[in-house]
Amino acid sequence: MRRAPLLPALIYMIVVTQIPFVVTLWYSFRGWNTLTPGSNRWVGLKEYQLVFTDPVFRSAIINTVVITGSAVILSMLLGTALAILLNRKFFGRGVVRTLLITPFLVMPVATALLYKTTVYDPIFGLLDWILSPFGVHHVNWIGSYATPSLIAVLVWEWTPFMMLIVLAGLQGESLESLEAARVDGANSVQTFLAITFPHLRRYIELGMLLGSIYLLQTFGEIFVLTQGGGGHGTATTNLPYYIYELAFQQFNVSEAAAAGVIVVIGTEIVATIALRLLSGLFAAAEGMS
Amino acid sequence: MTVRELHAPRRFRITRHRANGAFWSAITWLLAIILFFPVLWMVITSFKSEGSAYTDPPKIVFHPTLTQFSQVFSSGAGPPFLHSVFVSLVSVLLVLALALPAAYALAIRPVKRWRDTLFFFLSTKMLPYVAAIVPIYIIALHVGLLDNDWALVILYTGFNLPLAVWMIRSFFLEVPRELLEAARIDGGGLRVELTKVIMPIVAPGLAATALICVIFTWNEFFFAYFLTATKGPTVPIFLVSFLQSEGQYWARLSAAATAACLPVILAGWIAQKQLVRGLSLGALK
Repeated sequence: MRRAPLLPALIYMIVVTQIPFVVTLWYSFRGWNTLTPGSNRWVGLKEYQLVFTDPVFRSAIINTVVITGSAVILSMLLGTALAILLNRKFFGRGVVRTLLITPFLVMPVATALLYKTTVYDPIFGLLDWILSPFGVHHVNWIGSYATPSLIAVLVWEWTPFMMLIVLAGLQGESLESLEAARVDGANSVQTFLAITFPHLRRYIELGMLLGSIYLLQTFGEIFVLTQGGGGHGTATTNLPYYIYELAFQQFNVSEAAAAGVIVVIGTEIVATIALRLLSGLFAAAEGMS
Repeated sequence: MTVRELHAPRRFRITRHRANGAFWSAITWLLAIILFFPVLWMVITSFKSEGSAYTDPPKIVFHPTLTQFSQVFSSGAGPPFLHSVFVSLVSVLLVLALALPAAYALAIRPVKRWRDTLFFFLSTKMLPYVAAIVPIYIIALHVGLLDNDWALVILYTGFNLPLAVWMIRSFFLEVPRELLEAARIDGGGLRVELTKVIMPIVAPGLAATALICVIFTWNEFFFAYFLTATKGPTVPIFLVSFLQSEGQYWARLSAAATAACLPVILAGWIAQKQLVRGLSLGALK
């Protein structure tokens, strides 16, 4: 009976995640396009074939890797730098910390909307104003540099997340080993490389894994900022946006379902590896704290 | 070496250290202000008139006005806020009701294979939501939950449940074993154990968990967009439709965005000590 209190939550999660998956699987073997009457019938693996031969699908995979990868790496670099700066006693530290976590709290579609208008606008935007002394004028940021514009927004959003995780790592660092290094005459760079960084590695891995889990799902920012490509093309069409276009722009319900099944299987493979890493990291984190 | 000789360079090192410290503090402040600036700019712009929002270079000195906020709320922001409040509150209550007993079974009296169960919960967070949107849309259509707050309540509960189970479990683990043993020996039963021993210790943790769940539900866009777009939009959907209809009115747009973000920014500031714990699923303090 020990299991009884666990069952409601367990059953809830199984129902909420597995029923939609079974329905997706069902539609993926049909040829349903809501615009074509009579298309809702069994077609076997045809939709899968369509997805695999679609060049947009392949570029969506690459875009997903590029967008997620660069946002995770850049926000981790910036977040680590900020965490190191914050891990000192100085005037107004609490206020600075509060200011720094705020970008993560701003509603993602509000962030995208603000960057699209007040920051990236070619004429009245803040970026144009800041860069005008350097001879940069009236650049159509989103249209000409869709992917970097999007990644910059994502990095801005996710830097606080990385910073908080690395900061937790820095604060868990044992002072004795640092003191010992200082007595041995190591300078701060040497101390960082020899003691702090190896200790931080686990936290950095944890932050990057969790960050990737969330960033792979990026949709709202792309929807508002670039509509998948900065006006034209598919430069920022990641997998979520690709499936959205199939289902809600082209009304290819079954092709979207097939793409969904492929993405789920791909995610499961990546997730199994990530979970194995994570379980080691969590065990280590619990041991440390 | 005399005592004096030993001390002199050390004092020198301290002053140099202080100057260095001031330099890095200034850098930290500067970076914080730069990163915070877009948020600050949103708030500043929301108090501008449309005329002063659209200038090159951007205006810093202007007459503040509240017109934009009243415009936003007279153009239909009320109902979306009510939808968002309802969905967030109900789904958070549901999450706590489901996660509390589950966390108890995973921490205080662990079931067999508790680790596998814990990782099952986590693995559901990794599923791509987008793969489920088509069937969820079709199911919602068939059972009449399209444009209904309950569809979002059900989904957001599923969203936050894994996070809440992990987080609450980590708070349960902090309840000292000896206290639990003592309560058991006193024979108070489960009710006493829960209300007198566990609750007082985990209550702040539960509050933090609830706040973090609210942050995620309030900001959610993807499901809300497809399931409630026409009749019962939540705040993020309202904001995006605002961009489409009034995109050239920056001051009004900023006012709408400020109002939309404020509740969650406040919740996050209040819960900031627990934020890292929530984000790392209870692994880090």
